[in-house]
Amino acid sequence: MLEKETNPNFNKSTGLPRKRFYRARAHSNPLSDAHFPVPVSPSHVEYSLHYPHFFPSSDQMNDSKKIQFADIGCGFGGLLISLSTLFPETLMIGMELRDKVSEYVKERISALRVSNPGQYQNISVVRTNSMKYIPNYLEKGQLTKMFFLFPDPHFKEKNHRRRVISPHLLDEYAYVLGIGGIIYTITDVEELGDWMKSCLESHPMFEPLTEEELEADPVVKLLSCATEEGQKVARNGGQTFQAVFRRIVPTS
Amino acid sequence: MFFNGGLLKYCGSNRCSEKRVTAVAISNDGQYVCFADKFGVVWVVDLRELDESQASANKKAAPLLAHYCSIITSLEFSPDGQFVVSADRDFKIRVTVFPKKPLDGAHEIQSFCLGHTEFVSCLTFICTLEYPQGFLVSGSGDSTVRLWDITSGSLLDTCEVGVKAGHLVSEGSGEGHSTVTDLSTIQDSQLVAVAIQRQVSSVICALQGILILSCNISAQTLYFAKVVSIKGENFIPTSLGSSSSVGLLWMVTGVSNVPGFDYSSLSRVKVISGFNKNSADSVENEPTVLEDNDIPGGMELLKKLQGSVCVEEKVFLAAAEAVKTSMCNLLIKKQYSSEKREFRKRTRNDRKIKQ
Repeated sequence: MLEKETNPNFNKSTGLPRKRFYRARAHSNPLSDAHFPVPVSPSHVEYSLHYPHFFPSSDQMNDSKKIQFADIGCGFGGLLISLSTLFPETLMIGMELRDKVSEYVKERISALRVSNPGQYQNISVVRTNSMKYIPNYLEKGQLTKMFFLFPDPHFKEKNHRRRVISPHLLDEYAYVLGIGGIIYTITDVEELGDWMKSCLESHPMFEPLTEEELEADPVVKLLSCATEEGQKVARNGGQTFQAVFRRIVPTS
Repeated sequence: MFFNGGLLKYCGSNRCSEKRVTAVAISNDGQYVCFADKFGVVWVVDLRELDESQASANKKAAPLLAHYCSIITSLEFSPDGQFVVSADRDFKIRVTVFPKKPLDGAHEIQSFCLGHTEFVSCLTFICTLEYPQGFLVSGSGDSTVRLWDITSGSLLDTCEVGVKAGHLVSEGSGEGHSTVTDLSTIQDSQLVAVAIQRQVSSVICALQGILILSCNISAQTLYFAKVVSIKGENFIPTSLGSSSSVGLLWMVTGVSNVPGFDYSSLSRVKVISGFNKNSADSVENEPTVLEDNDIPGGMELLKKLQGSVCVEEKVFLAAAEAVKTSMCNLLIKKQYSSEKREFRKRTRNDRKIKQ
């Protein structure tokens, strides 16, 4: 604690990292060959480093518990932190490409764990390119929920292949999602909202949730208000466009 | 390893690919052709449709699946035709269910075979009567050959061929780097031929021969059986293939002369025979490199396959050297220092205005 009090990057009263010291560009090129370590396979993911409360030692494998929620492009981690208390027994991972931002989320989680003992033990973050390395972290059918909140819109047609929701990448998301798993997308860009919806609609392994199901799902309410980006949109009185779909067995 | 043109030609019809084609596979029933481009997209063409209407011959191929922005190095159909397997430079092997209507895309991923720690360069299948679905064998830049179960994506065995090759090349002392360039299963046996490039501090000192691995299907293991050495020539194995009936292994190697002829060839084709059909290990039969005259088809076929050019000795040697360096550059993923990366960022050409 003493060390933290002298660290100017942290707020003195709350012990949380201060966002202004972790500023980063809003966009990052997902196509570049980045230089960060990637686990060889999902069995190489060190659960004891991410969730020390659930996995006390690295040699003692607790096979029954696996990551079930993934927030792709978690940004500053607002959604993860809201979900953490809502589903305290579910392991969740945030994936973020920007180095500084993922560093901020890491500091934020560890600070929250210190100030709220016993809480926030089920969330963690990795710096990775989820478009390339999702199969290295997650096994087939492992996830029950996947989040894509306010992704980079990539307006130019030339850059559409950089969008995180695309027909080919949905194949990979369908692979890591279990049957009945739910994919949540939201954006404040109408064009991107239409794009994500049409990609999901034309994919044979996804079907939309009904209005009643959307009403009943407590997570849907969090989409627009839990993340930093969502709060910004609400502040400016902007519109949001959601698409929530379920992973199904394809009818062939 | 790589095809030169982005043009696919078959049945008297051309199919253009916008990007450079890096791998091709034909489905077991001969009905579909799949090809992968440099951007990681696998396209599919229906050959029946092609026969029916020549008018639609210029229709674009349909996208089947995609690896996210990674060069696909190899594409294979599983022996039962149920899956299409693709390998890429990002160490991944993806096993996709080959759908009934492939023109609508293949969306169901069966598994990912993860374990290689460098680019995957080649794939092949081993199958026997007891295991008709077969096992996948892959070669990689991490100097290993691995055996996989594709339905679960689990790694069954790893064979460190780089260590073996290191022992065999005595002059290659110190830190060496081996790359598996091609694999070929020898028909009706459980043997796999492996071509290796060995590099010691940016000089290729090729292993003068082909490694033969043996696979014990019931124990699910892969082990080193023997080495077939090839003497006396500038030997850079680039491609291997086995003929279906007679138990011959064909290989393409670097630039070299057919001895006794005054023309030079673009590449060199060699043939190894003597693989015993029905024994699992076939150690009693020593495989031998055939003399050029003993190759089925003889010298005439060789001339045709190898091509001929009239060049001076000096140019010829330079070409041989160029093949070596280009093989070298092709196989090693470049590592840039941070200063160099910064420099590349400053001079990147995608920011320049298109003319």
